[in-house]
Amino acid sequence: MATAKTFRVLPGFGLTLGYTLVYLSLIVLIPLAAVFIKATSLSFADFWQTVTDPQVVSSYRVTFLTSLAAAAINVIFGLLLAWSLVRYEFWGKRVVDALIDLPFALPTAVAGITLSALYAKNGWIGSLLAPLGIKVAFTPLGILVALTFIGLPFVVRTIQPVLQELSLEFEEAATTLGANRWQASRYVVLPALLPAIITGFTLAFARAVGEYGSVVFIAGNIPMVSEITPLLIITRLEQFDVAGATAIAVVMLVVSFILLLVINVLQHWASSQGSRLKEGKAA
Amino acid sequence: MSAADTIKVYHSAERYEKNPATREPRWVKYTILSMALGFFGLFLLLPLFAVFTEALRKGFSVYVAAITHPDTLSAIRLTLLASFIALPLNIVFGVAAAWCISKFNFRGKQLLITLIDLPFSVSPVVAGLMYVLVFGIHGWFGSWLADHGIKVIFAVPSIILATTFVTFPFVARELIPLMEAQGTDAEEAAISLGATGWQTFWHVTLPNIKWGLLYGAILCNARAMGEFGAVSVVSGHLRGQTTTLPLHVEILYNEYQFAAAFAVASLLALLALVTLALKLYAERHLS
Amino acid sequence: MNFKINDFHSGKKTLALAFLLGVTSLTGFAHAADIQLRNVSYDPTRELYAEYNPLFNKYWQGKTGDNVTVEQSHGGSGKQARALLDGLDGDVATLALGYDIDSLASKGDLLPKNWQSLLPHNSTPYTSTIVFLVRKGNPKGIKDWPDLAKADVEVVTPNPKTSGGARWNYLAAWGYALKQPGGNEAKAKAFVKNIFANVKVLDTGARGSTTTFTQREVGDVLITWENEAFLALKEFGADHYEIITPSLSILAEPPVAVVEKYAKQHGTEAVAKAYLEYLYTPEAQDIIGKHFFRPRDEKALAKYKDQFPNLQLFTLQEVFGSWEKAQNTHFADKGTFDQIKQLP
Repeated sequence: MATAKTFRVLPGFGLTLGYTLVYLSLIVLIPLAAVFIKATSLSFADFWQTVTDPQVVSSYRVTFLTSLAAAAINVIFGLLLAWSLVRYEFWGKRVVDALIDLPFALPTAVAGITLSALYAKNGWIGSLLAPLGIKVAFTPLGILVALTFIGLPFVVRTIQPVLQELSLEFEEAATTLGANRWQASRYVVLPALLPAIITGFTLAFARAVGEYGSVVFIAGNIPMVSEITPLLIITRLEQFDVAGATAIAVVMLVVSFILLLVINVLQHWASSQGSRLKEGKAA
Repeated sequence: MSAADTIKVYHSAERYEKNPATREPRWVKYTILSMALGFFGLFLLLPLFAVFTEALRKGFSVYVAAITHPDTLSAIRLTLLASFIALPLNIVFGVAAAWCISKFNFRGKQLLITLIDLPFSVSPVVAGLMYVLVFGIHGWFGSWLADHGIKVIFAVPSIILATTFVTFPFVARELIPLMEAQGTDAEEAAISLGATGWQTFWHVTLPNIKWGLLYGAILCNARAMGEFGAVSVVSGHLRGQTTTLPLHVEILYNEYQFAAAFAVASLLALLALVTLALKLYAERHLS
Repeated sequence: MNFKINDFHSGKKTLALAFLLGVTSLTGFAHAADIQLRNVSYDPTRELYAEYNPLFNKYWQGKTGDNVTVEQSHGGSGKQARALLDGLDGDVATLALGYDIDSLASKGDLLPKNWQSLLPHNSTPYTSTIVFLVRKGNPKGIKDWPDLAKADVEVVTPNPKTSGGARWNYLAAWGYALKQPGGNEAKAKAFVKNIFANVKVLDTGARGSTTTFTQREVGDVLITWENEAFLALKEFGADHYEIITPSLSILAEPPVAVVEKYAKQHGTEAVAKAYLEYLYTPEAQDIIGKHFFRPRDEKALAKYKDQFPNLQLFTLQEVFGSWEKAQNTHFADKGTFDQIKQLP
């Protein structure tokens, strides 16, 4: 790794990497290995049959599609919120800023109960939507609402600090060069924010895929329609089928791992594009 | 940017609104603000309002009785214990991981970042299950632990472990993009001027990342206190012993004590307000 | 002196315990022990055991002088059984169905296989049955099981895969169809399929379904335990709901057992056994009736007979043979429940 060597002017590489790997192994990798090893107690045929059961496949579809949609919604509104918090003064800003973290602090079960109460046909929002023929609670739409709720802080809190630290020079330079406000935002600010946006999307998506507590209260949990994969894992466990549960868990783990990896590589690429652009502008 | 500037940044958006290069037309500002705040109101404020409405439905005395009940107090203690152990562990880890990832180039970096992200995407249900597989009576260390009379699963240690796991990536994830964006110039300059590694970290890196670190710690703490799924699997639900606040909410809810359940839940929502106070305090005193 | 028997697991600690006991007897203080008993139970028994535990403590204190504190753990029956198998060291298990305690014996050797013959009445000191809860005035005119299969009726029940109570629901409907003139397995399956086609919300537990039905106002009828239906009337107002008793239902038998392996470790076998046996006494049976479970004791049953309408009940054994068979046919992977839910 000759290229790496030239980089190491700074100390602490061995120490920090070593510590990172040891802690990662103890808390995450070794326990996760237990899940994989348990799943191998199934024959391959059984494993395959378990994870391709129509009901399970349908739950993957529900889980991944609603998670993607929720993450996308969060990117749009999370960006707007982060922008508002950093760039504008408005009444109540501090309170808004503090309450962004609410979905973390509120137990997911409470979130699920509260959202289902709000969106049920006798709830504050549900009763407004019911005359329009829109049902949210106890449909896949309800899952979307719950996942949007739990994912929002991820997007806001990854974009906000980067936007905060973003130097004004680039926008000033762009304006001097004749760019209007939209062009400056689109071609200067957005590329600089892109890595953070992708990170926020990834985190919100990843969190949504595994979410259980809030979803079961609002989903309706009807097999083939609104049943999420984590619920199927629970279902297997309650039938004392630990191996079957770990088999489904392994599929989820592998799929999320691959998705995360792809997005991280993409993000790495985007951030190198961004810094190239920054260097180009600054030069 | 000096420390004083940083503070100003966090106090006000004036520098953007006064600067002709970043000032936006009023209609743009108010369109963006109304969309953002509309979403905020619908998805965050309304549920929060609903929690407090439900909590106070039976009157203030029921609310006070619920949050001063001995079982609630013991749940608060356990929740605080779990997050006070998980938080420092994950802060130290987060700083170490962000340092090696953002300041150095090495092969497999993206893989490492992805592994750090993994606990986000591991369903809390699976997170609980894996500790059962490791420490449960039929698990890897189950019989050894049983022989030595050590209780991990369905006891406090597994609750701490599960909490640490679900909050594992927060600090690291907050710091990595920030430190990557900042690059290594400042640290390299300090080193070349003769500073030691620790001095560089304390006087150069830390002041630059303190806001990210604070955000990360706040998120980590909030999530640690609110975790339900993973803890539910490993807790055993022994009232007054292995029930955290979120589990206590569930117990009360299942006993049809809705007002009490939401009262306890509102305690966790109040955390956001404590966070606000902490952040204000930190912004005033941190530099 | 105030020690917890539960805390003394290891050999070293047992020595310490013996030493402490020795010291106590030497110094001549005859202190009563403080015993902790752990009852791992399912959801609907919360109120029952909250009232029963002090009663038992009074009895046990009078008999031995020892003070018994009972720690309760409640959750879905299957989840609780799994927790016991994974090492949650409950002294007694009081669960929703025999299958869950069977698996403690077959999968974990926590108690003998003949556990059900160790206490009277199949180790079930109380029974219940499955009834319907409808909205006041019964707007859909629901009288019996076939009404649940009608196209315009919305049904709420928990998921039989995750809820013990829901398994009783499912088997009650199946048994009803079987026992109709000309009833057979195929007809029963079609009948149950029609009922579940009307289910729009499948919560994971009985209490979740009750909340969905009462608080979210979803559905026309809730299939539930009789004791849960009564509790719902009590909690949410008899002026909003009424109980409909079908012509035929299942005798639901939630069993109890000493988890011998853990009780032995804790040295609590005697008190655990007494704890369950005391459930059969007139005092306890009265509390059982008060919490809307059907008492086994004739006298207590007579006292609460106005509360429990007469209906024809069949047992699980007479229609399905055993829990193991019922589980494998209906609720295991690819069982009839999976089949009816996966068909379009």
